Amino acid sequence: MIIDVDHVSKSFGPTRALVDVDLHVPAGTVQGLLGPNGAGKTTLVRILATLLQPDAGRTRVAGIDVGQDPNTVRSMIGLAGQYAAVDEALTGRENLVMVGRLYRLSSAEAKARASESLERLGLVDAADREVRTYSGGMRRRLDLGASLVGRPRVLILDEPTTGLDPRTRLDLWAFIRELVAGGTTVLLTTQYLEEADQLADHIVVIDRGSLIASGTSDELKTQLGSDVLEVEVAAGDLGRTVEALSGIGAGSSDVDADGGRVTIRTHEPVPDLMAAVRALDRGGIVPTDIGVRRPSLDDVFLSLTGHGADSEEPALADRSRS
Amino acid sequence: MTTTDGPVAPRAPLARLAPFAPLAPLAPVRLPRSAMFVDAVVLARRNLIRIGRTPQLLFFATIQPIMFVLLFRYVFGGAIRIPGMSYVDYLIPGIIVQTVVFGATSTAVGLAEDMNNGIVDRFRSLPMARSAVLAGRTLADLIRNVLVVALMVIVGTLVGFRFHNGFLPALAAMGIALLLGYCLSWVFALIGLTASSPETAQLAGFLPIFPLVFASSVFTSIRSMPGWLQGFAKVQPITRAANSVRALTQGGPVATNVFWTLIWSAAILAVFAPLAVRQYRRG
Repeated sequence: MIIDVDHVSKSFGPTRALVDVDLHVPAGTVQGLLGPNGAGKTTLVRILATLLQPDAGRTRVAGIDVGQDPNTVRSMIGLAGQYAAVDEALTGRENLVMVGRLYRLSSAEAKARASESLERLGLVDAADREVRTYSGGMRRRLDLGASLVGRPRVLILDEPTTGLDPRTRLDLWAFIRELVAGGTTVLLTTQYLEEADQLADHIVVIDRGSLIASGTSDELKTQLGSDVLEVEVAAGDLGRTVEALSGIGAGSSDVDADGGRVTIRTHEPVPDLMAAVRALDRGGIVPTDIGVRRPSLDDVFLSLTGHGADSEEPALADRSRS
Repeated sequence: MTTTDGPVAPRAPLARLAPFAPLAPLAPVRLPRSAMFVDAVVLARRNLIRIGRTPQLLFFATIQPIMFVLLFRYVFGGAIRIPGMSYVDYLIPGIIVQTVVFGATSTAVGLAEDMNNGIVDRFRSLPMARSAVLAGRTLADLIRNVLVVALMVIVGTLVGFRFHNGFLPALAAMGIALLLGYCLSWVFALIGLTASSPETAQLAGFLPIFPLVFASSVFTSIRSMPGWLQGFAKVQPITRAANSVRALTQGGPVATNVFWTLIWSAAILAVFAPLAVRQYRRG
């Protein structure tokens, strides 16, 4: 295990940010850390990045205790944050050379690694421009580049694609896959469930400071124990649809009034789908769409945290229907 | 944050680059003793580049003392009589001290900016000397002050100021002023680390500076001040430094004022450097 988090707790005044968190990550994998805003993801990241001391428990990177030997841990990790921490007044290259020097590289080595990072991240043309002229996506790539000049064993990515356009996001995903293929371990926090689904070998869900679920993306979906029957109807038909479908499937139905969508969990997808079609037909309702699908991570997340209807949660409010 | 990305340069084809394997050492890392100096110089360089790329900052930092020179040399100066010395020779040493003291406040603003935009988090996550962020900042502000002092000497010379006491004492005079400025930078480092924003830091930095600069011998002899103010004005560091620079550039007894300037500088550094470092570690 290259990351070991043993029974870590952390409070800020009365707020319990982390409660007895245990997490073990094998080398060369991507560990996804999912959770709503304020769940404790960033606190855990800051502890692993040596920026915060836990109140209880201990964390190790490659067997080195983060609290006892922070400088060794710092030389092994790279941190790329949600807010691109690069110097606006410096050029991209100057930023990377500076960080390389602070990783204790010689001047020549720092320059070589800066050039390499710039090339890998597609920033060669912009390398000698001041960062203040960069777009948001370019800044984010430079921030990632800065975390890579130390060639870290463990790369900590705290919401690396928040606020990025879809194309830049896909680009960063491809890059992260390359890193992992080269042997880097990645700890990834994200609000985008699809991102975790795409990248993470293993996912933990954190809510109110505690880990509430853990497994691969498929395991988490299987844990939900059922498929999902989805019916979309015109807004006016919604009430009658819910009535017509009562009694079909396992448990109650979820109604999404805005989308005109009724969602039902089912253990027997085919018979339930046929029953639903017959019931709708009898009621004279013509659905705009009907189908059975595997549960998405969104469904898992909603059923685990119950935060689905929380409109303060932008990532969930505009979640994609994958 | 909305982000639109311009044309993106194609990333290098993978075949051309070796696999990006981790190279970071797995063995325990000990910071070498030289890390303190190397890292301070790396960060001082960064801060100097920033100053060089923000010319408006340097412009305002120099235009203000130049205005003071012109104001006191040509507007108020005619009404101020200094026995045994032309007013311009009295004024410019004072302006030099005022300039380094105002210059030191930029330490507060620069540090507050770093604390606010997240780059300090990156520094804290690197295997670097803890003291370097502060040492690099104060070192860069010292070098900036050297440039501004040189400019003030040129401006002073243009309006009639002359060195009357030889080269080495003149050099010592600049050294004394810069030393006080450097030590005061640590006061402003503490202010910058404590302030919630760069704007607050700017304001909090200037508040203590104004009474110190104006209730001093920078612009006029303290003998014209009321008795209660004289007591304060006579012993405070800015008067001591202004008198030292004056004596070293124009001649006259030097020892007492230089002695007290050095004592003040050492005391300020001894109190505020540890406080600032402690605040940085805690924050």
